[in-house]
Amino acid sequence: MTQSPTLSRRSTPSAPTLRKSKQRGADARAGYTFLLPWLLGFIALTVGPMISSLYLSFTNYNLFEPPKWIGLDNYTTLFQDERFLQSVGVTVSYVVFGTPLKLAAALAVAMLLNSKRKGQGFYRSAFYAPSLIGASVSIAIVWKAIFGDAGPVDQGLSFFGINLGGWVGNPSMTMPMFVLLTVWQFGAPMVIFLAGLKQIPADLYEAASMDGAGPVRKFFNITWPMLSPVIFFNLLMETIHAFQIFASAYIISNGEGGPAGSTLFYTLYLYLRGFSDFRMGYASAMAWLLVIVVGIITLIFFRTSKSWVHYSGDAK
Amino acid sequence: MTTMATPTQSAPQAPAEHYNPKSESAGAKRMKSIIFHVVALGLTAVVLYPALWMVASSFKPNSEIGGATTALWSNNFSFDNFVTAMEGIGGVTTLQFFTNSLILALGAVVGTIVSASVSAYAFARIKFPGRNVFFGMMIATLLLPFHVVIIPQYIVFQQLGLVDTYIPLLIGKFLAADAFFVFLMVQFMRNLPSELDEAARIDGAGHVRIFGSIMLPLMKPALISTSIFSFIWSWNDFLAPLLYLNTPEKYPLPLALRLYQDQTQSSDYGAMIAMSVLALLPVLIFFLVFQRYIVEGVSTQGLKG
Repeated sequence: MTQSPTLSRRSTPSAPTLRKSKQRGADARAGYTFLLPWLLGFIALTVGPMISSLYLSFTNYNLFEPPKWIGLDNYTTLFQDERFLQSVGVTVSYVVFGTPLKLAAALAVAMLLNSKRKGQGFYRSAFYAPSLIGASVSIAIVWKAIFGDAGPVDQGLSFFGINLGGWVGNPSMTMPMFVLLTVWQFGAPMVIFLAGLKQIPADLYEAASMDGAGPVRKFFNITWPMLSPVIFFNLLMETIHAFQIFASAYIISNGEGGPAGSTLFYTLYLYLRGFSDFRMGYASAMAWLLVIVVGIITLIFFRTSKSWVHYSGDAK
Repeated sequence: MTTMATPTQSAPQAPAEHYNPKSESAGAKRMKSIIFHVVALGLTAVVLYPALWMVASSFKPNSEIGGATTALWSNNFSFDNFVTAMEGIGGVTTLQFFTNSLILALGAVVGTIVSASVSAYAFARIKFPGRNVFFGMMIATLLLPFHVVIIPQYIVFQQLGLVDTYIPLLIGKFLAADAFFVFLMVQFMRNLPSELDEAARIDGAGHVRIFGSIMLPLMKPALISTSIFSFIWSWNDFLAPLLYLNTPEKYPLPLALRLYQDQTQSSDYGAMIAMSVLALLPVLIFFLVFQRYIVEGVSTQGLKG
């Protein structure tokens, strides 16, 4: 399909105005033709499903009988459903502890790597690797083994006289285990931080040094404000990302969210409700709550960002 | 920013080599460099440990994996686990799972490249009514949790009798449903000089021509990162195959691994770990070959892992 010069080849009309309006019509046609794949996908795979998901969230639907309208019942039941509330708790603590720690690690390591030294490229690649494989089933299995009874982590800690037993079977240790799993994947935001750090003009730091500013002052007066758009981007993307953890939760908990519901992440519970219990309406209501929460968080981020995110031009 | 205090020339933070090239500062610099490498290498060891543990364990006998060793080295290295792992599970060989994963990943790459580049051309280079509205909507889908669409999508595919086929897994790729790649290509195309298509237009070239012979060749870097990432994401994908596939003969590797985990539990740990290694192999190879490209792609385009 590369070379065929048919679609919008125009015979050149004489009057320039006519030519312009004709060109505009041709552009519109070409525009929609080129946009067709996305447009079809958007309607058939996003907008259509969203509308029917909203409708289903007000119904009882088990896939075999027609949906039955029940109004807001799904939503009100959700807030009396202990497992739902637990899944919210699990997910929120994962987001609240995991995301800031991951970003802090990413920023710290990015600053460490920002100086010109040998081996920089090697370290960048080594630290990035986990981000590429972290959400895979393979790594979930490895994580389960490493943090299991008599696994390397248990062995390593008992060397220091700490006896926690396996983390996988201990309800109070599963969350730290998942937080470590996400922190371990600090490489992706780190690389983005590094790119941001490279954009900060070196003379800013030199001038600050002249003024006698120490590393702490430099960080808060130069690095943080200059990097704030990148921090904002990473914070938003990682937060939204964290809400949607699924594969590792499914594998590590054998698809059940155990022990004692301590790994019942939101999306796992949604999956279980929809595709094990066939309560499609209920699961749709959960999906919509997730959309609303993510939407509100995005909005809050954008609103509050005005006070701390500086885009080039309005700084100084 | 900060008030001009008396400029102290001897500030230790200043790039020392320019104005006091004493041997002492060279020594301090060296010390700093050593500390940097010690810290960085230590961190590398911690970060890579899980992956190394996985690879090392895949060569160890079962008795040493669960046993009391954190050490990576074993005196009993063998390929036994891989031999067992290749046999597969549920009467399906691992080679079959590999082939399935490959079909899905290559399908994802082809579909994404074709549909995303065409759609991105419309957004980046053609002026038409509604373009900005659609573009805004596409950006919005980047933030939308996809869980909101999986249930209706499943119902539709189920009613069309397409469950347990690859169609639900691939159709989105051919319809540019990964808005991220469209966005990436739009950004890339916008940075190409507009004189290119203006000149081509004066010469009478239409959009198909401009897209095919001018844009596509110039977009090579964006096309390569898209290919790499759509391959890897498809290779690692778990949720969509879990929803849509139910005969083991059609499973890609992540589902096979889950099946293995469910059916053997920890009785044959070594084989399970070996299978995990096999499942990650293409990703690791891709990474080793393209690491520079992948890491740079992330920093310039804000991709996630």
